[in-house]
Amino acid sequence: MDNRQKWIAFTTIVRREIHRFMRIWPQTLVPPVITIVLYFVIFGRLIGGRIGEMSGLPYIQFVAPGLIMMSVITNSYSNVVSSFYGSKFQRNIEELLVSPTPNWIILLGYVVGGMSRGLGVGALVTILSLYFADFSLHSLPITVGIVLMTSLMFSLAGLINAVFANSFDDISIIPTFVLTPLIYLGGVFYSIELLGEFWGSVSLINPILYMVNAFRYGMVGITDINIAWSFAMVGLFSTLLFFVALNLLEKGSRLRS
Amino acid sequence: MNGYYQLNKSTESALQISQLSKVYEDGFVALKGIDLNVQEGDFFALLGPNGAGKSTTIGIICSLVRKTEGSVTIFGHDIDADFSGAKQYVGVVPQEFNFNQFEKPVDILINQAGYFGIPANIAAERAQRFLVQLGLWDKAHVPSRTLSGGMKRRLMIARALMHDPKLLVLDEPTAGVDIELRRSMWEFLQEINKQGTTIILTTHYLEEAESLCRNVAIIDHGQIVQNTSIRELISQLNKETFILDTREQIIGCPQVEGYPLKQIDTNTLEVEVEKSQSINELFAALTNQGLHVVSMRNKTNRLEELFFDLVAKNLQEKGNG
Repeated sequence: MDNRQKWIAFTTIVRREIHRFMRIWPQTLVPPVITIVLYFVIFGRLIGGRIGEMSGLPYIQFVAPGLIMMSVITNSYSNVVSSFYGSKFQRNIEELLVSPTPNWIILLGYVVGGMSRGLGVGALVTILSLYFADFSLHSLPITVGIVLMTSLMFSLAGLINAVFANSFDDISIIPTFVLTPLIYLGGVFYSIELLGEFWGSVSLINPILYMVNAFRYGMVGITDINIAWSFAMVGLFSTLLFFVALNLLEKGSRLRS
Repeated sequence: MNGYYQLNKSTESALQISQLSKVYEDGFVALKGIDLNVQEGDFFALLGPNGAGKSTTIGIICSLVRKTEGSVTIFGHDIDADFSGAKQYVGVVPQEFNFNQFEKPVDILINQAGYFGIPANIAAERAQRFLVQLGLWDKAHVPSRTLSGGMKRRLMIARALMHDPKLLVLDEPTAGVDIELRRSMWEFLQEINKQGTTIILTTHYLEEAESLCRNVAIIDHGQIVQNTSIRELISQLNKETFILDTREQIIGCPQVEGYPLKQIDTNTLEVEVEKSQSINELFAALTNQGLHVVSMRNKTNRLEELFFDLVAKNLQEKGNG
């Protein structure tokens, strides 16, 4: 395959992935937006007013970046895990496996499809958040950079989960028992300063903490974590996951007999 | 219908398999070092009972199954050295439906072309051509889950042809398809074979292999037990069993020396005729006894008889071994 053919294969996968989640938009786009709006109403308006300030910011301004990041993470992950596992389940992944499309193009196609949904839902939530809170963007490059890297990382993780999954139950185990606790304990709703020295240190092993803080810094200019360290961690995890996912596709694990 | 078209003069191998073996993770030995050579332009049948190794062989050719040992070369491209190049030449129609049931047929075809690097405008044109040729154009924009079984099979054939492969591999393409549709699929496959596409077919309908294919390999227990032309194979038949329909009612089974006759019902006889015998002699003898034969047919497909003989022989050899 020459580079032009590879580009066509890549755009075909991305277009198909975007078409997939747009076709079922009541399942893929509406629920996360409703969920996040409820968070804004309850934690921002109703409870947030009583909490007062967090790290020197009105509570709603503090939680908004975390909620946006939460929607990006969950949607990037769930798009790839459900689409790739669905292709395995219906065996239409074989359409790609019999083609000369290189594995790294297959990987990038699915990942960019997942990022499209994650960033699309993130953009919708950001627009809605403007109704609840006022923002003045602190740093556009940091905001965009960290949200892109986070979306990339969780799309890769979603694909790895899908490769190992043997049933639809297996694609909900990680989001339910790993991803959700990590998000809730990842500094979306509170500053780790509140946890004290010990639990604050324990929180540092949670990768989502780095993403949420970097994103919050990009939007409102405050963070519990060093920004350079945040980018380094997300970059490292993304690279690691990329090579793990590529290796699984190259070996054909659970895809070829 | 005549399946015996002239092979291209080219002597290039479309598929060369050498000492191919496959042992699955659970220890099951599916292929035991098979050799196979399919010439360009051929219409080739790969026959065998269930579990013989047909689908494993096809799986290896199209990269869905990893081989354990041996080599596979497709139009000169070794699948180990240049898998991407080899895949460009192969179109595959699997036994099971393996497309996204929620997508529309036209999208399935255009996407498949895209995975082979074919631009969307060319893909759209080809998709329309194949959907029309295979009688699916009016279903092009409905979810593919709503198609009938026969339509789904035709959709998979169209999908396999989207990148214009030189080698088309079909794993039981007419399984579960009604007779009329099966005939129209045969005509379509014969037409694309005439146009130069090499076709490898596995089937349980041996009549299908006899009607369509020029060459055949019979595989059993992971070994090739016969690899020859259909004509050569059929010439190995020493005797055939015919069913004869008579105009007059049969009262008591007639006796003709050298021809073991068996009465099936009031107007039907069964007879075994050896290659050296003349069927005209039998007809004359029956006419003398007041029975006129109005029609005759083979009791079973000729190839079927041979196939059972070969597989039984292979089984017996294994038992003796």
